[in-house]
Amino acid sequence: MADTLLRLRVDPASGAPVLSLSDFLASDNAAAVRIEPGEDARALVPHLGRIALVEVSFPAYTDGRGYSSARILREAGFKGELRAVGDVLLDQLSHMKRCGFDAFQPAQPIAAEAAQQAFATWPDVYQKTVDGRSPIWAKRHGL
Amino acid sequence: MYQYDQYDQAMVDARVEEFRGQVARRMAGEITEDQFKPLRLKNGLYLQLHAYMLRVAIPYGTLNGRQMRLLGDIADKYDRGYGHFTTRQNIQYNWIKLEDAPQILADLATVEMHAIQTSGNCIRNISSDHFAGAAADELVDPRPYAELLRQWSSFHPEFDYLPRKFKIAVIASDTDRAAMRLHDIGIQIVTNDAGEIGARFFVGGGMGRTPMIAPVIREFVPALQMVSYAEACLRVYNRYGRRDNKYKARIKILVHEIGADEYRRQVEEEFAHILTLGLEPPQAEFERIAAFFADPGLESGLADGYDRSDPDFAVWADQNTAPHKQAGYKAVVISLKPAGGIPGDATADQIRLMADLAEAYSLDELRVTHTQNIVLPHVKQSDLYALWQKLDEAGLATANLDLIGDIIACPGLDYCSLANARSIPLAQKISARFASPERQRTLGELKLKISGCINACGHHHAGHIGILGVDKKGTENYQLLLGGSEASDTSLGTITGPGFSEDGIVDAIETATEVYISQRAEGERFIDTYRRIGMAPFKEAIYG
Repeated sequence: MADTLLRLRVDPASGAPVLSLSDFLASDNAAAVRIEPGEDARALVPHLGRIALVEVSFPAYTDGRGYSSARILREAGFKGELRAVGDVLLDQLSHMKRCGFDAFQPAQPIAAEAAQQAFATWPDVYQKTVDGRSPIWAKRHGL
Repeated sequence: MYQYDQYDQAMVDARVEEFRGQVARRMAGEITEDQFKPLRLKNGLYLQLHAYMLRVAIPYGTLNGRQMRLLGDIADKYDRGYGHFTTRQNIQYNWIKLEDAPQILADLATVEMHAIQTSGNCIRNISSDHFAGAAADELVDPRPYAELLRQWSSFHPEFDYLPRKFKIAVIASDTDRAAMRLHDIGIQIVTNDAGEIGARFFVGGGMGRTPMIAPVIREFVPALQMVSYAEACLRVYNRYGRRDNKYKARIKILVHEIGADEYRRQVEEEFAHILTLGLEPPQAEFERIAAFFADPGLESGLADGYDRSDPDFAVWADQNTAPHKQAGYKAVVISLKPAGGIPGDATADQIRLMADLAEAYSLDELRVTHTQNIVLPHVKQSDLYALWQKLDEAGLATANLDLIGDIIACPGLDYCSLANARSIPLAQKISARFASPERQRTLGELKLKISGCINACGHHHAGHIGILGVDKKGTENYQLLLGGSEASDTSLGTITGPGFSEDGIVDAIETATEVYISQRAEGERFIDTYRRIGMAPFKEAIYG
């Protein structure tokens, strides 16, 4: 498992057991949770302070709900690890990072060099998201 | 017209390189066809019945002579010498080799064009009024708003794997020439009571197997919040649109199932949150974009009127030109619907000629219409006769705009792997049956639209006369619909009854036109008569 994990963080990965959303919400001190595509990421917002790791599940790469889940958590101020897990493919990495993911656990391993290339796909970006990149419209007007 | 700066160009160039790498990985067998499919689709490359098809984006249908000329050259170099203009204001090439696709995209990038997001479950090319910037009745030019949305939607990281494809249209006049309310989001640029410009959002329209007319979700979104509002609309859809059944995955189903009020409530909640994030490009960015469209170089002080002594020319000028906001000008529609021809097809030579004519007579601008014709938007009335002569020599002066010969048709079973029936041969038969220009003019405005399957790419729901091809126990069968409209009086057609064979449907259409002729009141179009007298007299004549 560990060799398929790509992490863009420098802090050590959380070793806390990863609970399902319902188990997490029933617990007072769990620090890691996994959300499925149909689950509401906003249910975690009141608990963000105690969460070290959120795994966002991608059972199929074609199901894009996890992108919204990730942005919602970052927009709510989540600073912990946000990990895309499952059918995570090379060509999706760049957009996932833009939506706030900083760790990836693809079902099929992705080579670190290929991943670095994928993150560098876009010289610039048109939208302001949660990745801190300055959008093209801001650069055009010196904002 | 909008021009790329170094940022726009770098983004398109990056996409070309990315796709070149993806094609190389596919050809080397490093990724499967299943994995490759969404990647090629996001670059407009479909696998059809006989070959790959490449769909090139023409943002809001606007292009210049240099771009149009390259489209002709691509048809010669990589296809069989012709291209097909589509109901999405795009162009498709039907005979493309996979290994050529990256180079075609590289060629397109040299003239600020691309095939980005012309397919796949993402935000598609944004369409608009084909008379934008020329129309006498527009509030403002809608294209700066469309361009702002084009940039926002390009490579949007959150909305690249939506439940289903997503189409946005932007107009700015009360006359709808873009089938706006049949889009996932239709935006009409309007003013509020204070005279400020903003956007009216219609959400949840569409055709396909469950046609719906989009309800208003917000009457007025301030112009500087339009991107944020669109972001909210999309986020609610991405999270809650159905993913269990691809036929129920469009936003129209979500809006219909939870209701417009509940959808609105969720969007407003998300919108309030998004406004706190500062995602909206500033006024200065809108002004930068708008400046490109402000003045195409129209002369002032010209008089209306032109020499109409050639009767053939006068017929064409009456039928195929539209009023222009500037005195002394007309917007000209070049019909790609000659009698017996394939709707929307043009040869490489015709495409290059239209490029030349745009440069000579239309301030270097062309438009593609959703009815599969080409517009020269800014033609001096004093140039109309010379222009008509050149079009006529090239077989491009068919005077049938909005008449029964001006047929919309999808590619159908001749090309498309989804189709149940052929559309093109039927369109050719109908246009041959009604070839007489006098007869077409007698019938007046009559919008006929043909789809070769229930996905409705040929807009059959919105035709005054619509035809839907179905497969009936292994043979092609055609259902007839009456009473649809994609204009401001948007309505959906009703099926007349049992379907017909290919020859039978042509007869049935002819019968329907005879009912109209015998029943019409003074000044009524086909659709008006149908709305007044209802289905029964038509049904009786057709099946009786």
